[in-house]
Amino acid sequence: MLPQEPLHPGLFSWPDSAPQLLGSRCTDCGEHAFPSQPSCRACSSERTEIVGLGNTGTLWTWTIQSFMPKAPYHTDETPETFRPYGVGYIELACGIKVESRLHENSTHTLRIGLPMKLEIVPVREDSEGKQLMTFQFSSAEAL
Amino acid sequence: MTDVAIVGLGLHPFGRSPALSGLEQGAIAARAAIADAGTNFKAMEFAFGGSQDGGNADSLVNLLGLTGLQFTNIWNGCATGGSSLNAAYSAIKSGQYDMGLVVGFDKHARGAFNPQPKDWGLDDWYGETGLMLTTQYFAMKIQRYMHDYGISRETLVRVAEKAFRNGSITPTAWRQTALTTEDIEQAPMVSEPLNKYMFCSPAEGGCALVLCRADIAKNYAKNPVLLKSAVVRSRHYGSFEVFSPSQAPAVAPSPTVTASRAAFEFAGIGPEDVDVAQLQDTEVGAEIMHLAENGFCEHGEQEQWLREGVTEINGRLPVNTDGGCLANGEPVGASGLRQVYEICHQLRGTAGTRQVPNAPKVGYTHVYGAPGISGVNILTT
Repeated sequence: MLPQEPLHPGLFSWPDSAPQLLGSRCTDCGEHAFPSQPSCRACSSERTEIVGLGNTGTLWTWTIQSFMPKAPYHTDETPETFRPYGVGYIELACGIKVESRLHENSTHTLRIGLPMKLEIVPVREDSEGKQLMTFQFSSAEAL
Repeated sequence: MTDVAIVGLGLHPFGRSPALSGLEQGAIAARAAIADAGTNFKAMEFAFGGSQDGGNADSLVNLLGLTGLQFTNIWNGCATGGSSLNAAYSAIKSGQYDMGLVVGFDKHARGAFNPQPKDWGLDDWYGETGLMLTTQYFAMKIQRYMHDYGISRETLVRVAEKAFRNGSITPTAWRQTALTTEDIEQAPMVSEPLNKYMFCSPAEGGCALVLCRADIAKNYAKNPVLLKSAVVRSRHYGSFEVFSPSQAPAVAPSPTVTASRAAFEFAGIGPEDVDVAQLQDTEVGAEIMHLAENGFCEHGEQEQWLREGVTEINGRLPVNTDGGCLANGEPVGASGLRQVYEICHQLRGTAGTRQVPNAPKVGYTHVYGAPGISGVNILTT
């Protein structure tokens, strides 16, 4: 297996037996943000702390990206191998909604209110042979 | 304080003009607006202009003449035209200047925009993993809106049908072919629930307006249009905006709501007084949501409005009479000014076969752009 590392640091706990999203919480007003922010968008405070945002939520809205985006899109896909992907906002326990790629990409499975869980998935191989990883959500509904 | 009047209208048709640069299309529009006002470029004391991909607007002086005027470049995404107009309004209203030019133009490559994360305060991962597409945002906003307010797919189709029907009677529109319900329903899906005919495309074109003090307007136009308010607002914490890796728990009103309320307050009128409107329709969902966000109807009422034809040219509140962004495409720098251009023609009574009946007296324009700004103008005869 290729060595793996996050595409971008600080978005999720990794490696971790139960990876979760990481964000920030304002120590003045309590509002959360993802990704973590050094200042608070709600109250302009500059006092924030990094917190775990958990790994489950519900689908707040969604769409399906049906064509391969232009750059800066950068994965291992080619126009031939591109597969439409779901995109949605997942409402987390802390209340914020996080935008994410979705494992599901079908109008038959995606619906508002669907329970979702976090997973860490590969994006592409980098020039040093490392597999770069990002987060996505998939349905947590019992089949 | 003097009122502000619009006395010159100029447009270079939107669409594709391979032989012309964006700047040249801006110059053509500027010359047309100045000629429409029966004056010349030397009479312009100031200009505000903007373009996304067409170069620096103030380079227009190389084509129009080096007269030494104050020329300020404005860049505010889709709200560029609104911001330019707001600046011109203030310049005249304050008494600093008597007359000047507002101009916007653009020339975009084919296909969807490909914004760079760093230009929007985001890190590369957001674009690399395929989240930085305006089309996704629009699709997700209307998807949630349909769920919350019971808007049907039929209503989405009706908005597209109206746009292309209006485009078919607008000589300067890019898309001049009316489409059937089936054409629209069966178009390839772009971003669920929005398909190819439900989105506008990046395009080319130019638009310009000459503005002056209302008390001298009759010298330049038989029937000047008064710019009663020109308002631009940015987003609040909690409004659902494009290019947002996360959204706040509480939902706040969009910048459209705050810009609209302020514009009505400045003008001293309400939504019920508006006879004809241009609402940002970068896709069909936007026009539907913007009807309510601008105060014209309640959330969810659009379903009935579209079914009853309220927003048709002969309806109670005609919306996007020239086919809007859907039929004209969106050259970002020029698009907001095209809306004002169309409303001015409607208020002058010179809109040809798409003229709204019964001599409309109050017009309204609205743009919305990334990453959450809105511009609203209210115009009267």
